[in-house]
Amino acid sequence: MNKITPEKISETLEAILPGVQKPARYTGGELNQVIKDWESARTRVALVFPDIYDLGMSNLGLAILYDILNRQPDVLAERVFSLWSDMEKSIRESQIPLYSLETKHALYEFDIIGFSLPYETLYTNALNILDLGEVPLLAENRKEQHPLVIAGGHAAYNPEPMHAFIDAFVIGEGEEVILEIVDAHQEWKDSNSARPELLLKLSNIWGVYVPSLYRADYHQDGTISSVNRIERNAPYPVVKRIVPKLPPPVTRFIVPYIDTVHNRIPIEIMRGCTRGCRFCHAGMITRPVRERSVEEILDSIEQSLLQTGYEEIGLLSLSSSDYTNISALVKNISQRFQTDHLRVSLPSLRIESFSVDLMDNLDNTRRGGFTLAPEAATERMRNLINKPVSTEQVLETSREIFKHGWSKIKLYFMIGHPSETLEDVIAIADLCKAVLKEGRKFKGNRASVTAGVSTFIPKPHTPFQWVACENIEVITEKQKVLRKSLRGPGLKLNWNSPEISMLEAWLSRGDRRMSQVILEAWKMGAKFDAWNDHFQFDIWLQAFENANLDWRFYTHRERPVDEIFPWEHIDSTVRKKFLTEDYLWSRDGRTRVDCREQCFACGILPTFADLRRAHPGDVWQCPEVKSKKIPTGEILNQNKAPGQLTGI
Amino acid sequence: MIENSKPMRIRIVFSKLDQMRFTGHLDLLKTWERSFRRADLPVTYSQGYNPRPRINIGATLPLGFTGESELMDIWLDTRCPPAGVLESLIPSLPPGIVVKSIQEVETDSPSLQRLISGSDYIVTLPDFVNELPLRLMDLLREKEIWRERRGKSYDLRPLILDLSGIRSNDNSTQQIKMRLLTREGATGRPDEVLSSLNIEPHRTRIHRLRLIIN
Repeated sequence: MNKITPEKISETLEAILPGVQKPARYTGGELNQVIKDWESARTRVALVFPDIYDLGMSNLGLAILYDILNRQPDVLAERVFSLWSDMEKSIRESQIPLYSLETKHALYEFDIIGFSLPYETLYTNALNILDLGEVPLLAENRKEQHPLVIAGGHAAYNPEPMHAFIDAFVIGEGEEVILEIVDAHQEWKDSNSARPELLLKLSNIWGVYVPSLYRADYHQDGTISSVNRIERNAPYPVVKRIVPKLPPPVTRFIVPYIDTVHNRIPIEIMRGCTRGCRFCHAGMITRPVRERSVEEILDSIEQSLLQTGYEEIGLLSLSSSDYTNISALVKNISQRFQTDHLRVSLPSLRIESFSVDLMDNLDNTRRGGFTLAPEAATERMRNLINKPVSTEQVLETSREIFKHGWSKIKLYFMIGHPSETLEDVIAIADLCKAVLKEGRKFKGNRASVTAGVSTFIPKPHTPFQWVACENIEVITEKQKVLRKSLRGPGLKLNWNSPEISMLEAWLSRGDRRMSQVILEAWKMGAKFDAWNDHFQFDIWLQAFENANLDWRFYTHRERPVDEIFPWEHIDSTVRKKFLTEDYLWSRDGRTRVDCREQCFACGILPTFADLRRAHPGDVWQCPEVKSKKIPTGEILNQNKAPGQLTGI
Repeated sequence: MIENSKPMRIRIVFSKLDQMRFTGHLDLLKTWERSFRRADLPVTYSQGYNPRPRINIGATLPLGFTGESELMDIWLDTRCPPAGVLESLIPSLPPGIVVKSIQEVETDSPSLQRLISGSDYIVTLPDFVNELPLRLMDLLREKEIWRERRGKSYDLRPLILDLSGIRSNDNSTQQIKMRLLTREGATGRPDEVLSSLNIEPHRTRIHRLRLIIN
């Protein structure tokens, strides 16, 4: 193959960029971008977020890996994003491949291509990127000279639908494992051995799943009979990777030349959540809860402000009010940065008046709305999903919000929860109206309530993974009811396309055979499936037909508790026993309290007992582990999965 | 840095180059705000609901054009010697912005929009154009040049002050120098002039050399 030079790519870009929308998406060169010498780098990594620049640049995961990799003297990492349709057309016509923003090298020139897959509707974009980058789409067609294609992110917890395209998945947290992957790649490259050697080497790293080393077999009815190793030395199951202590936060963010979706410094104040909402994929897979110290957060805010000049910081976590020292953090931020015209966003607050006090300290302008997420509108439903908040509590909190000066409340709900009735849906409208009524008392006609209603998708590794999806007709009907009843001044309703939700469900719950469906859909032009204006449902129905599969099989059956899931060999370390029990509890309306109050033995501690012992105290929110059977050094010095070493 | 608590208005002459040419007006304002924040300089913010930094960029440079000597005024809450401002600012600038000079101006002096009357552009052509000087003269001889932009028709001719062709010694590059009117509501665009000459603007390089101040 004749390789194209970065000079040739740059020259072609000169001619095509003035003709496309928002050319600054495609130039690179921003403040804090890292450029390293291509020739002297031993490993070159392309970090790919398979959506446009505007979204990808706001992704914290990508920024973390970029920082970690570029700190290594012999490694370089560069960014690649999806091209908007006009730019894709231009570069296909000019016959140049997709390139990295930093040095304009063709994607196929990199040693490793790392995809960030936070959600499933990016899958066709990932295929499109490989195609534009002139990398063989199918893992089995890649040879020694081709890049290693890896992927990670929350969607990778069910890697099977993408198994045909990705050489290796990272299950879990990437901060440490990414460097181990680079090391393995360097060793392999120096040894001049064949590609399967590399894959085998990777499979022995804790948290890495190499799909080609496993085989799935099916029953007559299409369900899985077993997933087995083809390679004796591959791990079974593949245990998720975690970092025992959150590393220091990134402070040197790239500052785009143009507006992106979030123009702010993101700081993860804690990882994981102790609440145990049964629908919540993130809450199950990001355990255990680990917090950063107030001091560390304050210092990193100060440093990143100097590095970026941003006017806003986002304190990120799954449940900000649960951060142990949240009051102290908020107080310190408002004192230390009060003269800086700094906006602080604090998403994911609990429904309690304490949240209003927190925001009261941060936002003096009351500019934005105040967001609460009851997720369901009746107490029965909220108990079922384990988000036990009383309706009175929702109203009381709303009252406080309006009383403190906000005039707009956003309420997030889901429809399609298990056993949901039309009454539960109508209750959404009633609750919104009741909240608005509270608002009118303080804000008159300026009060407004926006309901954001999305569709529940039973996700892998959650207590609801057995549940069937509501079918499109019923969802459409429920949305219609909401549209009808949420009319009038001060009320607004946002909802998701039921078809896109269905696609998300297929892709998140599918097995290995879904790879064929994804490939067929991409061939027929599917891309940007998360975008309403690009998404084409008919293509996907046709793709199922071409692959000889029935889409109802994936989404419209309640799965028996003894069925083998496509993701059965991926161990999120929250045990199936716990998930099953929680599922059965939900049917009885039984709830669980915050697991900081009482440990429910979800499975994290037995698996990671040694890590917990090595990191005692407040670093984790799990109880401390007292007994000591194995020297901790043994586990910390090896990149083996804990379960495999300790035999738990 | 010596400071006292009187507000100060400074005028910055800067170049906007390379990748920065694809940054539009609003994003350029943000870029300046962030540069001053990184430099820890006390930019004046407006009061109230949605505080904004007090920055005034002379004449918006259209997306895709580069500029040699663009003009901007910015207000600071406290007085800082211009040399000190320059020193703090330089390491804080993003790639593609170069500060050429900084001077203090009276806080109540007229706005840049009122001062600026014209722009000099230099356009580099990708392909050789036969009899370029002749074609430029022909265009200048026109009494009216009616064009349409954003659904409105207007006469481009009074917005063109001067045109001339330049050819490098070895004949390898050909350029057009343009002096165009730059007033609020009466601004000549070099790409419109190029289109009138039947030259496709996309592939040319348009560089604003200077803004003319009355």
